[in-house]
Amino acid sequence: MALLQSINPLLSAGWQRDAHEWRLENDTGWHLKDYEARGGYQSLRKILAAKMSPDDVIAEVKKSVLRGRGGAGFPTGLKWSFMPKAAPEKYIVCNTDEGEPGTFKDRDIQRFDPHAVIEGMIIAAYAVGAGRGYNYIHGEIYELYQRFEQALDEARAAGLIGQNILGSGLNFELFAHQGWGAYICGEETGLLESIEGKKGQPRYKPPFPANVGLYGKPTTINNTETFASIPYILRDGGDAFLNLGKPNNGGTKLFSVSGHVNRPGNFEVPMGTPFPKLLEMAGGMRGGRKLKAVIPGGSSAPVLPADIIMDCTLDYDSIAKAGSMFGSGAVIVMDETVCMVQALERLSWFYYEESCGQCTPCREGTGWLYKVIHRIEHGLGRPEDLDLLSDVSTNIMGRTICALGDAAALPVLSFTKHFRSEFEYHIEHKKCLVPRDVQKAGSTFHTRLMAGTAC
Amino acid sequence: MLDFEIDGKALQVQDGTLVIEAAHQAGIYIPHFCYHKKLSIAANCRMCLVQVEKAPKPMPACATVVTNGMKVFTHSDLAVKAQKSVMEFLLINHPLDCPICDQGGECQLQDLAVGYGSSAARFQEEKRVVADKNLGALISTDMTRCINCTRCVRFTQEIAGLMELGQAFRGDRAEVMSFMEKTVDSELSGNVIDLCPVGALTSKPFRYSARTWELARRKSVSPHDGLGSNLIVQTQHNRVMRVLPLENEQINECWLSDKERFSYQGLNSAERLTKPMVKQGGQWQEVDWNVALDYAAHALRDVAKNHGAANIGALLSPHATFEEMALAAQLMRGIGSENIDFRLRQSDFRADGKRQGTPWLGMKVTEISALDRVLVVGSFLRKDHPLIAQRLRQAAKKGTQVSVIHSADDDLLIKLFAQAIAAPSQLPALFAEVLKAVAELKGVATDPALAKVGAGGTASAGSAANTETAMKIAASLVSGSNVGILLGNFAQQHPQAATLNALAQQLAVLLGAKFGFLGEAANSVGGFVAGAVPSATGMNAAAMLAAPRKVYLLLGAEPELDCADGACALAAMQQASSVIVLSPFKSPAALEYADVLLPVSPFSETSGTFVNTEGRVQSFYAVTKPRGEARPAWKVLRVLGNLLELDGFNYDSSEQVRDAVLGGRPEFVSGLDNSVAGVAIELPAAAGVERIADVPIHFADVLARRSPALQATANAVAPTARMNAAMLTKLGVTSGGSVKVGAGGTASAGSAALMGTATLFAELDSGIPDGCVRIAAAHVNTIALGPMFGSLTVERG
Repeated sequence: MALLQSINPLLSAGWQRDAHEWRLENDTGWHLKDYEARGGYQSLRKILAAKMSPDDVIAEVKKSVLRGRGGAGFPTGLKWSFMPKAAPEKYIVCNTDEGEPGTFKDRDIQRFDPHAVIEGMIIAAYAVGAGRGYNYIHGEIYELYQRFEQALDEARAAGLIGQNILGSGLNFELFAHQGWGAYICGEETGLLESIEGKKGQPRYKPPFPANVGLYGKPTTINNTETFASIPYILRDGGDAFLNLGKPNNGGTKLFSVSGHVNRPGNFEVPMGTPFPKLLEMAGGMRGGRKLKAVIPGGSSAPVLPADIIMDCTLDYDSIAKAGSMFGSGAVIVMDETVCMVQALERLSWFYYEESCGQCTPCREGTGWLYKVIHRIEHGLGRPEDLDLLSDVSTNIMGRTICALGDAAALPVLSFTKHFRSEFEYHIEHKKCLVPRDVQKAGSTFHTRLMAGTAC
Repeated sequence: MLDFEIDGKALQVQDGTLVIEAAHQAGIYIPHFCYHKKLSIAANCRMCLVQVEKAPKPMPACATVVTNGMKVFTHSDLAVKAQKSVMEFLLINHPLDCPICDQGGECQLQDLAVGYGSSAARFQEEKRVVADKNLGALISTDMTRCINCTRCVRFTQEIAGLMELGQAFRGDRAEVMSFMEKTVDSELSGNVIDLCPVGALTSKPFRYSARTWELARRKSVSPHDGLGSNLIVQTQHNRVMRVLPLENEQINECWLSDKERFSYQGLNSAERLTKPMVKQGGQWQEVDWNVALDYAAHALRDVAKNHGAANIGALLSPHATFEEMALAAQLMRGIGSENIDFRLRQSDFRADGKRQGTPWLGMKVTEISALDRVLVVGSFLRKDHPLIAQRLRQAAKKGTQVSVIHSADDDLLIKLFAQAIAAPSQLPALFAEVLKAVAELKGVATDPALAKVGAGGTASAGSAANTETAMKIAASLVSGSNVGILLGNFAQQHPQAATLNALAQQLAVLLGAKFGFLGEAANSVGGFVAGAVPSATGMNAAAMLAAPRKVYLLLGAEPELDCADGACALAAMQQASSVIVLSPFKSPAALEYADVLLPVSPFSETSGTFVNTEGRVQSFYAVTKPRGEARPAWKVLRVLGNLLELDGFNYDSSEQVRDAVLGGRPEFVSGLDNSVAGVAIELPAAAGVERIADVPIHFADVLARRSPALQATANAVAPTARMNAAMLTKLGVTSGGSVKVGAGGTASAGSAALMGTATLFAELDSGIPDGCVRIAAAHVNTIALGPMFGSLTVERG
């Protein structure tokens, strides 16, 4: 089974398509020699050889309109330009704490192309003048953390990181940091706290990391996919990258498609690709069932019903117009066998579990939301619960230090808005609108379990 | 200055002001929990959300910096809705057990819930419960009430200097706890009780004993260390129930050390002396005041008449009030004796008669924070002066270079620039090395007495590394523009205290620096001003114990624990024909050696004055009536003066005594000067196994000794013999093994019989210099070891 499919592949062009039996030790093509064979580190060499100025590098990235791939979509070039020039000590941090449910693109980048991330980080360090970098890799992919360490060793041995890189006088040290799987450590300032050895809790902003970041020093934090895109932008030029996508939405993007499709996986498509095209690449709906809803940008993004999402194109602006978020490109597809109350219960549990406990509204509110939805799902709902849910969600939104509060509230608001009748049915009839056997029939886990085969 | 408008009120504020501070300036209260002016900003409680013009979302007032032209609304719909929603969230998991909560009536959550809470709860689910923690003898916990504001966490980290509390776990499972179930052992730990805005952390000694609204609040002054912290003493039914800080930025800010906060338990101790007592035929009899006073007056008069007044000695506690000291001095001089002293733990009196004024801190307490270079000489700073240590801790964070020379490497929890540790006998030489290095850097000729130190000299500063550190410290001091040199209790108690004083003076002159003494006790400055020191013809504290007197008058002192040489003091008491004790307590030792016990009031039951280490005159009133038949000591001394038919004992109030001595009520006493003239710099040679004696924080005075809560803390463990690994190896013992310690050196004739041995547990302490053993003084287990300084014999026992 192909893990990847793509139109106009850029990031994934050189990736191994047939991951042998899904075993990491059978992977090929991620080593330095392979990366260099497909043109890797040429951008870095070009910049250093041509003595391209850091400002020109940033200008090229700005021209590409590369927007942060972690979820917020902030223009990368602009972010780099915020770094104070005079500061003697600066940091570059790569956020590979891919914790958003539904997202697994960074995992594959780390698996098949770690050197693209390294090259991107070196270029970024050069552009912003950072002397040290960290790649924060989340705890669930320990093997890929090890792989990244190996890739770092290769790069160090080849003189690509360390002192006087490629004889250019550029110094840059890069390290991998193993996280332990907390969702909140994917929030950039929570991630910085974690690297510093503290409890992962977001910091109040301002000051922003560009002024006071890691160890109190100016820091630029970007997503893995953002860094991995940098070498291609510098290789082909910012305009070429922009033209792959559409205006204000440059480049191609990896989408992690999961849920009720025939072929879940990562798909690299140009920004602006229509959603039905992506669904088709993912093999269409499993069992030919009807599409019910899609969460287009990872679990924090508001859910969109089938009729709305089928009209969307995959870019920041179109999805925002439809009332959701492009997010990290994690497309969770749900078919008609899904009970939306149960789906929301699971999502709310996640945010209840992952709230860091710092700010009152999120610490207390996420638990409240979960407990109420749990009650509704288990036939103990009350008529006033839906109003309560929307009120509590509104009270969490915008009242916290970081966006986890919003992330917990948005699914609740969107599920109860688009699928209100299902919730009302649950409360009134103490059971689900989607019959139990239909739900079971749509569950691979359940059907395989019943058939006695492995899940 | 920035233009700012809040709720329609326009004002100008400084750049960098936070909205919550600006609101305070405008007289507008913004509800909050996690914000505290002395702590870093956490912005986690979200109670202070306000509406800021043009901001789409409500902003936390505690973390939002004022910008020019900013308009803030604290009572708009957006703000109030946000505040009320936060209050609802805070209350959903709060137990609402106010009727049984000690915080009731002084609870920020309770108060704000009145304004921002709703009368009915929408939360119908199960509440979360958090297991209570054992944080030690002082802090009681009900962690289910915790609202996770993290004030306590930030306090331990930022003010106390060691993160003893932290927040573990996530979401509503988050809990404030100590690491690995340790107790909170900071000497400032009690402040978290004040900081906690709810009833999660409350006072263990006070728990369930009274409601805050039942208590009367009285101002007072701390009778402990030289700082003179301002207190609010809360009383009920003529009993002190609790002590809280009275905020005073000039002195204690809003903090108190645990000793100051919990020593009040001693006031209610069962050892309180409540009736005058006279020993007749070896038996103690409770008698009337007039009988006891007659007895005392007779004893004094008889000895004066038959043996000369020089056979009477008075030892005053440095924790006694200014008025008590002044009257005791007047009384002694009235009967013709100059033998009076309050410097009980001092052993070097060579500076007497050579002082140019009253020794003091050498600067205002607030000026400590502004120093850019500090050298602390001979001080167990954190335990002896917890709040001055706190000030230096904050200063060090802002870039002040703090250096230390001392005989023990206790972790001060201050970011030190440099530290050199040497045996007590080498401390003067080490200090002299700093002076010499400064002189060299400044290109100034040095005192010929310093020729002995440094290369080729005979006086050792301990090690080559110490010499190097001394140079580093010198370089730091020379580079400063506002330098302070502080001599700690250890330096003042040192057998070469006068030398250290002279060295500090020379160093201060070279550097243009301030230098001074960290006052050991509440009236360490006051005692001098009150005249409670002998003139040239009199005997100082050490002299009148070494050459025992026939009659002793003790005011609040327990000589066996409060004097430089407990064994010598005890021997002197035991051989005296009469010991007249004015004390709030009847200690077992006093019952043995005393002849008359006059019950006098502790600080809480008398009016009086303490002159703190910066020379500040702080008068206070009694907060309760005297217990039993106890009377203020100034009244007792006044009557004693009358009985002895002395002139000038017609005072009607303590204020009259103070005004007569000070000439009114100045804010600061005059005549403060640390310089000495003609003190020889002596740099002694090392001698045998040297004792390093600290006075542990909770053994330091009569009140702290009698507070059961303080005695149950980690700061009050029984003395051990602390030594470094080399010393342990030399003795052939392991840490935890027992050693037999014997008094060595120069015992006075009188004390020889009492000097003996103590069997103690050896303890590894890598911060002790070679050839030294650290054994605490002021404890009954170590009285037999004699002087705080000097040599000991130590063997495996």
